[in-house]
Amino acid sequence: MAEVNLIINDQKVAVPEGSTILEAAQKLNIFIPTLCYDPELSRPASCRICVVEVKGSKNLVPSCAALVREGMVVYTDSPPVIEARKTILDLLLSNHPEDCLTCGRNGDCRLQDYAYLYGVRRGTFGGEKHSYALEDDNPFIVRDMNKCILCGKCVRMCAEVQGKNVVDFAYRGFHTKIAPAMDTTLSQSDCVFCGNCVAVCPVGALQEKGLRKSARTWEVKKVRTTCPYCGTGCNFDLNVKDGKVVGVTSCAGEVNGRALCVKGRFGYGFIHHPDRLTRPLIKKDGVLKEASWEEAINLVAARMGAIKEKYGPDALSVLASARCTNEENYLLSKLTRAVFGTNNIDHCARL
Amino acid sequence: MTNPISDIAGADFILAIGTNTTESHPIISLQVKKAVRNGATLVVVDPRKTEIAGLAHYHLPIKSGSDIALLNSLAHVIIAEELWNKEFVASRTEDFDAFKETVARYTPEYAEKITSVAAQTIREVARGYAGAKNATILYTMGVTQHICGTHNVFAIANLAMLCGQVGKPHSGVNPLRGQNNVQGACDMGALPNVLTGYQSVAADEVRAKFAAAWGVKELPARPGLTVGEMMEAAEHGKVKGMYIMGENPVLSDPDAGHVVRALEKLEFLVVQDIFLTETARLADVVLPAASFAEKDGTFTNTERRVQRVRKAVEPVGEARADWEIICAVARAMGYPMNYSTPAEIMAEIARLTPSYGGISYERLEKGGLVWPCPVLDHPGTPVLHVGKFARGLGKFHPVEYVPPAEQPDEQFPLVLSTGRRHFHYHTGTMTLRTGALEVYYPEEYLEVNPADACVLNLENWEKVRVVSRRGEVEVRVCITDRVPAGLVFTSFHFPEVAINKLTNPVRDAIAKIPELKVCAVRIEKIA
Repeated sequence: MAEVNLIINDQKVAVPEGSTILEAAQKLNIFIPTLCYDPELSRPASCRICVVEVKGSKNLVPSCAALVREGMVVYTDSPPVIEARKTILDLLLSNHPEDCLTCGRNGDCRLQDYAYLYGVRRGTFGGEKHSYALEDDNPFIVRDMNKCILCGKCVRMCAEVQGKNVVDFAYRGFHTKIAPAMDTTLSQSDCVFCGNCVAVCPVGALQEKGLRKSARTWEVKKVRTTCPYCGTGCNFDLNVKDGKVVGVTSCAGEVNGRALCVKGRFGYGFIHHPDRLTRPLIKKDGVLKEASWEEAINLVAARMGAIKEKYGPDALSVLASARCTNEENYLLSKLTRAVFGTNNIDHCARL
Repeated sequence: MTNPISDIAGADFILAIGTNTTESHPIISLQVKKAVRNGATLVVVDPRKTEIAGLAHYHLPIKSGSDIALLNSLAHVIIAEELWNKEFVASRTEDFDAFKETVARYTPEYAEKITSVAAQTIREVARGYAGAKNATILYTMGVTQHICGTHNVFAIANLAMLCGQVGKPHSGVNPLRGQNNVQGACDMGALPNVLTGYQSVAADEVRAKFAAAWGVKELPARPGLTVGEMMEAAEHGKVKGMYIMGENPVLSDPDAGHVVRALEKLEFLVVQDIFLTETARLADVVLPAASFAEKDGTFTNTERRVQRVRKAVEPVGEARADWEIICAVARAMGYPMNYSTPAEIMAEIARLTPSYGGISYERLEKGGLVWPCPVLDHPGTPVLHVGKFARGLGKFHPVEYVPPAEQPDEQFPLVLSTGRRHFHYHTGTMTLRTGALEVYYPEEYLEVNPADACVLNLENWEKVRVVSRRGEVEVRVCITDRVPAGLVFTSFHFPEVAINKLTNPVRDAIAKIPELKVCAVRIEKIA
């Protein structure tokens, strides 16, 4: 594909034909803020925060959608650009709750980041503000449409990746709002609570209920792992605070990208459930009673050994687990074959 | 899977048989939806009107258990209309003539009588599959959980070979596996007849290699028992001791009453799990294991991709990682089994397993690896059977339709099928304890067609008794045309609706998979 040469902030760059100005700037590591842009989704170029100045162009152009042209000269932080971005932020903040102190997305919010970056302390346009009721009637996602900046990423994620089309823009003008059909709640809609909309929301309008009420953004350590449910093998980040898993967030998964399903994203609560077994149990007089590891392991070894001795190795059998790791299944096969001395090992592959 | 998950989005034609993809494999269904948005033709074969069936260009609500009649009939049309890939069949396969002779009897009109799918639809689907540039077949337990499960898979493979839709991108024969590491457990030799990488226990050189590596004189040569056979052997007193790691057969296996009787008859039962499951309650010793978040390791997904599992938190209480527990048991029995990390175990697996030979934790840090990956500089093999089948020539296995073992009759007039729900997983030990999933989806129900509900005078959400020859459960009724008349459906996620008390443990002769998709039941009103 032909290369196109252009100059951004006095630096030369060559990118393939069909690239956007934003992509060319990213190649030069030049930062341009975005709100509605997402590389995986279609590009409405609606938020205008990514505007740049193009020499010879009458208006500022949205860099996420405008394609590069040969010889183009671009300025990404000229005074008109900065002024436009500040005005956009001012307009957004003028109709946004000033509750960063209690917002679950504090520290992980593009609006907050850009307000900080451009020094926009508050909205200066007086007038009406939204006061929608908080949508909190499901155990997975909290929706606060007062914080919504109408970037539409959730709409596109739901339509273009999840293929569900549960939410869209409703109403007009100032009253425009993201809503399921008939402006019901997610739990009354066809929503499957994959939470992929939450993963792309740039502000606090969509939040993971469990995660955002248990940890501030900067308190969590993220550990990349593989989902324990079906056989797809999605990757995600376990969010850990004080030695506990407090949530799951998307990462760039090899199989799944950022997409997860409701079980992967919201099904982690079992890890610290009070029903977890925490000590070995030994049945005495028909009742399972707590015991030490030493006692339990020795009993297992003695009884399995005695059965092998008395009836032969094929009187022993083992069920391995499609839920455990490769290493564990390998070792259990080794235990069964090398120590118990039988091939009686199987697992639930047929179920 | 012969092909990677990401291949699905690029297919021109998708034949999804017995897979409730959006509910059981939600992320794989995104690839199917993407393909459909890109213009692919989607055919869904399922007795139920699932969500994915709603997206299909052709939904074939096949009569439960009649898959072979349909698949043979598709092949019949493709051969009769000269649509097959003659070059592929000639150069890459064998035993075509026997196959051709078998499917000759399966005219679309004959298949219509067995499957209740219209002959014309069969013709159109056959032409679509054969004519597609790249056609992929997806299937899950709707195909395999039948007494003819293996033959169903043969019939699928026959169709793919007939049209040369295998060994190239965006095509293939693709079972979507249902558990995080069911592929890995099989790869690791957690099966009665093979060691790691499907190396046969019957082969002397294989046993000699493993015996030397494991420091024992010899290893048993006779293949062992499958899970169903183990339960029978336990009931007959032939198996006396059982060690169960991370499974809950009391809820997951067919004819649960029989499983309980078998486990109770054991002299000694050890269960190693993260919760006190219905199975663990029957144990003599219960060993508390670490969850996936509390240990390092690897899972192998349905496309054969080996990926890291990373320890994020310490195990709760005194729980220990399963691999550490196994080592402790081995040592207590006088066998030295010592590893300091799962990475060391993987290194040993790689040494003994040709298909995992190039897999190491160091490489996995950079991303997953798809086996076969024989050596350290091998990139992995996302698409199988390119240019040549693993066995050389692809073998046509002609198969005949056989009806399900248990047919509805006067006493038990309905067919029960079981499967999964979107919000839950397997026997519910995890998803019923999340503080979220079970809050949103707290109770199971039985799907009943309005026509059957009318005959039985049932009201929506009424609690009824469902009875089979083997057992009964009480469950609420959801009256819906998602199921056709004569079929009822529910999941096996909820202990309160232990539906496997009812299911038929009759098994496929080859793979020993139980026929969980078809058994005869009746519905009784609770006075």
